[in-house]
Amino acid sequence: MNRLFNKDLWDEIIESISSNGFRTIITAFGVFWGIFILVLLLCASNGFQNGIKGQFEGTSSNSIFIWTQGISKAYNGKPKNRWYNFKLKDVQAIEQNVPGLKTISPRNRLGGWGSSTIISHEENNASLTVEADFPELITQWAMDIQKGRYLNQSDIDLKRKICIIGYGAVDDLFKKNEEVIGSYIKIQGVSFKVVGVYKDATMIGKRNFDLQKKIFVPFTTFSQVFNYGDRVGYFFITGEDGIPIKESKDKILEVLKKQHDIHPDDDRAIGTNGFYKAFEKFEMLFLALKSVSYFVGILILGSGVIGISNIMLIVIKERTKEIGVRRALGAKPSAIRKQILLESLFLTLTSGMAGIAFAAFIAFLANIMIDKIPKQDALLSNVSVDLPTVGIALLILVISGLFAGLIPAQTALKIKPIEALRTD
Amino acid sequence: MIEITDLHKSYPVGNRKLHVLKGINFSAQEGELISIMGSSGSGKSTFLNILGILDEGDEGKYLLDNTPIKNLSEKVAANYRNQFLGFIFQSFNLINYKTALDNVALPLYYQGVNRKERLEKSLFYLEKVGLADWADHLPSELSGGQKQRVAIARALASDPKVLLADEPTGALDTKTSYEVMDLIQQINDEGKTILIVTHEPDIAKMTKRIVHLKDGLIIKDERIEPVKAMANV
Ligand SMILES: Nc1ncnc2c1ncn2[C@@H]1O[C@H](COP(=O)(O)OP(=O)(O)O)[C@@H](O)[C@H]1O
Ligand SMILES: [Mg+2]
Repeated sequence: MNRLFNKDLWDEIIESISSNGFRTIITAFGVFWGIFILVLLLCASNGFQNGIKGQFEGTSSNSIFIWTQGISKAYNGKPKNRWYNFKLKDVQAIEQNVPGLKTISPRNRLGGWGSSTIISHEENNASLTVEADFPELITQWAMDIQKGRYLNQSDIDLKRKICIIGYGAVDDLFKKNEEVIGSYIKIQGVSFKVVGVYKDATMIGKRNFDLQKKIFVPFTTFSQVFNYGDRVGYFFITGEDGIPIKESKDKILEVLKKQHDIHPDDDRAIGTNGFYKAFEKFEMLFLALKSVSYFVGILILGSGVIGISNIMLIVIKERTKEIGVRRALGAKPSAIRKQILLESLFLTLTSGMAGIAFAAFIAFLANIMIDKIPKQDALLSNVSVDLPTVGIALLILVISGLFAGLIPAQTALKIKPIEALRTD
Repeated sequence: MIEITDLHKSYPVGNRKLHVLKGINFSAQEGELISIMGSSGSGKSTFLNILGILDEGDEGKYLLDNTPIKNLSEKVAANYRNQFLGFIFQSFNLINYKTALDNVALPLYYQGVNRKERLEKSLFYLEKVGLADWADHLPSELSGGQKQRVAIARALASDPKVLLADEPTGALDTKTSYEVMDLIQQINDEGKTILIVTHEPDIAKMTKRIVHLKDGLIIKDERIEPVKAMANV
């Protein structure tokens, strides 16, 4: 190793590379270009990933919806084909039995899943969805409060008849320029005071206008006013960071089955929809993008490497005599091999690092431009390479540099000094 | 110093064999200055290359400084070349992108001598051949005679036991040839063993011993009183 960093050896290498200056630059460009494309593609796929992740910001992807369905197996003396409801006390049961959960939100929807209710304000009517929730929901689901406030604990404790409405519902119920906050709307004949206007900021919310038209009321108020007792329509549960909800899912279902006398093998009784699933798809997409980047980049890099290998071969043919002289002066074959491998490595690494640097510079410029676009509209954000990626690129360079030198080195070793020195 | 017995060498030419050396017996003592004469194609270079461990005979024995030279690995051969032998070629064979000084230093580089010592030694030998002022020049900036003198300095740099020169004056005009021969005589006077291949009788007459080669055999081996090259310059 010590001999690898020998100044003399590197003097030799730089000397012999620079004696072929122009051609060297032309060839090195192939590697420069390959690694440039590779790193730039990786930058772009990183940026895309960051962009998409940014779109999901504030929404906990590590979440799951759980709802009741018809029971399909008789159990514990109870018949099949019966219906049941989750209860508020289930929350405690889950909390006590399933570790690694951050938030358990019991929720209700007026009329049940897929229902909407006629809501009125003065002479305006609209058919909208009414959700009963606890204040914690906003930590799980990204909502921008545009006016007023969201639910709080005293709303729950005092069972206040208040609501937060979606900005999409405002147009349906209110006249232009009418003051929304403090006004009253009627839900099934019961008046609720509007205390806030939200905008659904999730990726889903942007593409689904219905999500911008909901009415959120305190869970306790809802239960009392609409006679839901301790019933819970469905749960929205978020796992702690680093503990995938996917892994807690079975334990949650087990608890719920026990709570409601459901046969342990009755898989149809409880419906679930992992919010994480959408992310898994994106993760797959990111992975595919990365793979394509590596594939394309390495292909281009490969042609650059072949170029370097070729030029080294030509140079060696031209330097046959020089190599013969060196051998006659006492150069061991290993010294010749080392010199050629290092020449190739040096060429590959310097041109490759120039490519990485140039790609990083372009990414830097791209970032400046992207930062000018409003964040919510940008599909790309923070276009950059991380250190591991640079590390991998360098590793690829070292390997391909050695690879490029292999055949020329082998060729050089075959040169017999006597043949190289023959004058005729 | 050199001990050759019954050396044979042939080259395959097509599917025939060209028998170039047909049983050479030869020995050289330390301090000799020997020329190997013969017409073109008589096998002079082949003989010298075998002496220089650049090539190997098919049959026969070769002792160099009491070391048998037989079936050497490339690594060992490189070592022996580096320690025992110094080469001087007809076409100089300097490395064109290296300065005179760096060319001279090359054998020392392969000996693993450190840079400082290497350059000191090289400068010493450049001085010896009268080219200290040209140390920083590239070969392209030197005349033929100067190039050959740099090559001689390079051959001397590793302080070898034997200098081998294949037509060292073949590419030089008469005057320059004699200057180079004068240098070779001086080096021999200091005790270095030198073998010169040449087909020019006047050059051969400047050595102490002429070995005549013909059709792969030594036909005559005579000791002579060398003509002083200086006298002809
Ligand atoms: N590598 C080789 N392959 C085939 N023939 C060779 C080879 N080297 C030399 N010869 C032949 O061997 C003979 C002697 O060559 P050489 O030793 O170079 O002669 P000289 O140096 O006396 O002119 C010549 O006929 C030459 O063509
Ligand atoms: Mg010859």
